[in-house]
Amino acid sequence: MASTLSMILYFIIFPGLVFTAVAGLMTTWVDRKVSALVQWRVGPPWYQPFADILKLMGKEIVIPEGAKRTGFLVAPLAGLAAVALVSTMLWLASMRGTGFVGDLIGVIYLLTIPSLGMIIGASASGNPLASIGASREMKLILAYELPFVIAIFTAVTKVSPMTLKLDGILEYQAVNGVLLGNLSCIIAFVVAILCAQAKLTYPPFDIPEAETELMDGTHMEYSGPALAVVKVTQAMMLFTLPVFFITIFWGGLQLTGWGILYTIVKYVIIVTIIVLIKNTNPRVRIDQAVRFFWGPVTVLAVIGMILAVLGL
Amino acid sequence: MGATGWGFKKSLWVFHLNAGACNNCDIEVLDCLTPRFDVERFGIKLVGSVKHADVLLVSGSVPRKVVPDMIETWEQAPKPCAVVALGSCGCTGGIFRDGYNFAGPVDKHIPVDAYIPGCPPRPEAIIGGIVKLIGTL
Ligand code: SF4
Repeated sequence: MASTLSMILYFIIFPGLVFTAVAGLMTTWVDRKVSALVQWRVGPPWYQPFADILKLMGKEIVIPEGAKRTGFLVAPLAGLAAVALVSTMLWLASMRGTGFVGDLIGVIYLLTIPSLGMIIGASASGNPLASIGASREMKLILAYELPFVIAIFTAVTKVSPMTLKLDGILEYQAVNGVLLGNLSCIIAFVVAILCAQAKLTYPPFDIPEAETELMDGTHMEYSGPALAVVKVTQAMMLFTLPVFFITIFWGGLQLTGWGILYTIVKYVIIVTIIVLIKNTNPRVRIDQAVRFFWGPVTVLAVIGMILAVLGL
Repeated sequence: MGATGWGFKKSLWVFHLNAGACNNCDIEVLDCLTPRFDVERFGIKLVGSVKHADVLLVSGSVPRKVVPDMIETWEQAPKPCAVVALGSCGCTGGIFRDGYNFAGPVDKHIPVDAYIPGCPPRPEAIIGGIVKLIGTL
């Protein structure tokens, strides 16, 4: 009984929903601030994302005529719950001593739920532009999921004995040094970062949300608290993906002593790479994106895999 | 004023509606986002969908054809939502007030919270108007 209660606390407060949401919103501030600096602007103050969310909570939800009400409102919540769960799993695996192992397949699967939620929500909204956004999102998932899975499994191949448990991967890295020290895993890491860009629908792969032609595409019809849920989910994804990469490629999160500082440095490096790619690339078309992911990126991922099998 | 009220003041998302403007006012709106003025410092940003808007920024003299669309846009915006009439056209009709198709100005059809005159208003004037609007929220 006690363990059920602590699991619920883990999920809701730390390191689940509340903690991930706050950390994610801070990360979106870093994102906006860095973007502003790149563009030679001053950028928003640190509390900006929180002000945005508070404001959205106080607004009205407009449900479009012809929308499927339940699907429209429930779909973003499914995404939110899924990211919170992934974040909880990753942190518990890193925290050790909680008796939690964590399964890699589960993480990969749950990381897709927010995108699926957006597809369902956008299709339920009954708006033609939103449904174009949904169809693009679908194609994008089909495009990036293959190289993403190959990249993750490169790390799994590298670990001996081969394991799908987050715990096992961390254990191996604690003994034998971080996986990022290997050529194959460096390649896999690059591939994973490119896929993360698409998972977050950041430029150059912000095709489903194309501000100029689709007017925010999949998010178009959301307003008020529902939009807040969508924004928080995105922010949490921006926080969770780097943590995921740190866990499987870069030795995991150290939560004691100087390790905390080291963890933050690793996290900031990955976020900065993502934000810089975001700011220096124009949006590509959906067919170019699919060709890019199924062509060069998949080839790169397979090369990484082969190198890992060869033991590099 | 609760937390959401504070958030509302600090984070105004603007949906820009061109109701028959000559496009000059619209260019000045974009000027506000440039590094020189950078209204994102105050949490102001342009959004693509009216469902995300806190401020409806209407420029132009509102010709007859635009009236139903403008009213519909206003009805779709989630409340609370402020309306700003931009430019001499938006405030009074400006040089188009005697036009055969003139059906404005904006406040004849939807409630306006702030007026920013000028043809076109300078970015400083737009920011000044928004500051006054924030003061009244
Ligand atoms: S106020 Fe002047 S600049 Fe603005 S839309 Fe009217 S005519 Fe054009």
